[in-house]
Amino acid sequence: MRLEPRENVTLLIKAMVPISAGIISLLCCSALIIWAGASPLEACVLLIKGSLGSRFAISETLTRTIPLIFCGLAAAVAFRAKLWNIGAEGQLYAGACIATWLGTGMIDLPPWLMIPFLFAAGALAGGLLLLGPTILKTKFALDEVVTTLLLNFIVLLFVNWLVFGPWKDPMAMGWPQAAPVIDSATLGHILAKTRLHWGLAIAIIATFGVWFLMRFTTWGYEIRAVGHSQKASHFAGIPINRVIIRTALISGGLAGFAGVSELCGLKGYLTLDLSPGFGYSGIVVAMLASLHPLGVLLSSLFIAILSIGADSMSRSLNISNYIADVATAVSLLAVLLSMMLTKYTIRWR
Amino acid sequence: MISERPLLSLKAITKTFGTLVANDNIDLELNRGEVLALLGENGAGKTTLMNILFGHYRADHGTIEIDGSQLSPGSPKEALQAGLGMVHQHFTLADNMTVLDNIMLGTEPLFSLRRHNSEAITKIKRLSEQYEIDVNPNSKVNTLSVGQRQRVEILKALYRDTRILILDEPTAVLTPQESDHLFATLKLLVTEGLAIIFITHKLREVMAVSDRCLVLRHGKTIYQCRTADTTAHKLATEMVGGELPKVLRKKSELGKSLFELNNINASDRKGHQLLRDLNLKLHAGEIIGIAGVSGNGQSHLADLVSGLLTPSSGQLVLNGIQVDKPTPLHMLRKGVGRIPEDRTATGVIGDMTVLENIALEKYWKKEYSRFGMLNSRTLANHTRKLTTSFDVRCGGLHSSARNMSGGNMQKLILSRVLSENPQVILANQPTWGLDVGATAFVHRQLIDACSEGAGVIIISEDLDELFSLADTIQVMYQASLSPPIDPARTTAAELGLAMSGHRDVVHSLLLKEAQS
Repeated sequence: MRLEPRENVTLLIKAMVPISAGIISLLCCSALIIWAGASPLEACVLLIKGSLGSRFAISETLTRTIPLIFCGLAAAVAFRAKLWNIGAEGQLYAGACIATWLGTGMIDLPPWLMIPFLFAAGALAGGLLLLGPTILKTKFALDEVVTTLLLNFIVLLFVNWLVFGPWKDPMAMGWPQAAPVIDSATLGHILAKTRLHWGLAIAIIATFGVWFLMRFTTWGYEIRAVGHSQKASHFAGIPINRVIIRTALISGGLAGFAGVSELCGLKGYLTLDLSPGFGYSGIVVAMLASLHPLGVLLSSLFIAILSIGADSMSRSLNISNYIADVATAVSLLAVLLSMMLTKYTIRWR
Repeated sequence: MISERPLLSLKAITKTFGTLVANDNIDLELNRGEVLALLGENGAGKTTLMNILFGHYRADHGTIEIDGSQLSPGSPKEALQAGLGMVHQHFTLADNMTVLDNIMLGTEPLFSLRRHNSEAITKIKRLSEQYEIDVNPNSKVNTLSVGQRQRVEILKALYRDTRILILDEPTAVLTPQESDHLFATLKLLVTEGLAIIFITHKLREVMAVSDRCLVLRHGKTIYQCRTADTTAHKLATEMVGGELPKVLRKKSELGKSLFELNNINASDRKGHQLLRDLNLKLHAGEIIGIAGVSGNGQSHLADLVSGLLTPSSGQLVLNGIQVDKPTPLHMLRKGVGRIPEDRTATGVIGDMTVLENIALEKYWKKEYSRFGMLNSRTLANHTRKLTTSFDVRCGGLHSSARNMSGGNMQKLILSRVLSENPQVILANQPTWGLDVGATAFVHRQLIDACSEGAGVIIISEDLDELFSLADTIQVMYQASLSPPIDPARTTAAELGLAMSGHRDVVHSLLLKEAQS
């Protein structure tokens, strides 16, 4: 068996990437469901019902897409410049920490000022957190995959210390959580009696913003050029390090948005389960979207359906809800594999 | 020595890629003891044909026979076993291993603890004596010169009992003397009964070394003849499919000094000297040719002019103003147009579109972006204008640059550079690997820019190119530049000696100039 480069890649082949990835991950999960002693068809029906079957289910799914969109955009922007930011999880918590610090009574502004202010602060925190590894990368060629990944654990342990220590809310009956954000810092709900909040609108605006940035501006052009070829970009006079640092600030900022929106829209207070790994899922979202900002909308919806649906399905069928994580992971592997297969064709001999 | 049955015969080979017919019904016969020159412009189908021969591609139709027995298609292993050997343009040697290791690599059984060194050495010695190829099997490859490395490649092929040797543009990296040495070796090989396919662009070499010629154009066999019965001119017209575009250069009056290097030194971080005491003075309307065997510091000189390398001492003067810390952007802004050596890796970004590649060195200019927003309409108009006037063939403004041929890529780079009316043009190997038509086009453009008042520095390994274009030639050898030499008063052979480090030749050349 060997790989041969494809001579021309049609749009159809490219479109097959996410579709085949979805199918492969569903097939793999079916096998696991059969192994767990349930019917995959029934599981599939329950999964769809659980994620899209009612007003409440839909609202839950959409609520889940919000952090996925932000983190997916964060990964998509960074990966375009070949800046491998694996630290969105940490940047998300950095954003949430700053918003907690500022939003639990330190400052009180009218909501129309308070919300943008917190988002800006959160973005700054996320961006600055990624700045360190990025400078180490540009100055000393230190691998940012390692540094950003390890920074996640440092940030998480720091949050751990905060919610068990100085920020622990005395009113929370001993639970390790910080004080809730004040009313003016809370994002309103879009639908009554659901948890769906206005963070969705911000996420969609951010998506189009990133799309516009990448498509129509010199910054986006520079990011793409540097990502495709540092050598040619350097030769052409593009300031590579400046572009990479700028990209880091944008990417970290988007991940910081995720933290603020989860805090102010959904949870209301800082805990250690603010994010069940949205930063990592964002990588899958971005890869499924082939790093296209608008594609991030669709792929985060897909991942949200998968995880919300699997949650409810696993409860009804009494199988582990880790099935959603398996499905997400398999879909990432399938994407990577099928991306390779769009560039190469396998010849058996 | 020519026997009845051809050693190699390709019959009716056809290969299509999508709608492109790369090889159209090609017949080729090769006898023992002959050198066949395979000619053709880029994209004529030479490489495809060789890939089919070696089993890397499978032909749609046609058969390959070696010594009467048919080769099964798509099997590189079988092709090698049948006695096919190839010397690639870019050598496939492991630099940090000895000649012996390199020759034995891949011929030993995979799971064997004992190496048959002594037998191998005996065989190598016998082959070197038989074919007068003088290489010490125990020296490391990185201590050898380019010419010696090529001899190792040939030896490697002979060691595997090659009967048919294919050489892909073998003289591109050689000095004229080394080329003559190679030709002598080839003559010896064919008298011993080997058959050789010689792929080249250089017609002079075809006339010198081959017995027969085969010209491909657009995937078809256009012309076949005995070398004795044809002329270089006839071959050139067959290759291009018409009369050759004539490139004539009228010497123009030299204008003011545009670019100067005064005692430039540069070294890398480890302290290796990259450039040694360079002096160069370029005037408006002047073309300076930099000759030299590759790897003697030409790429560092190019980096210096491109703004990628900062000199450690000496002066770089641009338009009368000294540049202390050159950067690519600074050089661009001051009117230096740069045509890089490696067009696929440095000149264009393959994954971006034609338009985006045109924009690469100018997107920040006022015409093309405002307030951080790309002005895509002006960029599209500009790109459309350039692709028409420079005849860049591509699948549209938004097709990716990767799919372009080398010649079209070079035209794209040329159009990007020349449309900004640079004062100083650095062209590093501007026609390397280009076909006759594209080469003439590039030369024409450089000459036109020069007659409009630009100064041009051409770095080239092709002496013919330098002789036809340059007003003065400076030879680069081991990181330093010779004083300017008048090409009208020297010969390729003399330059060749200077290129291989015979300083006395340079001195005598300069003396000759001084006396007259």
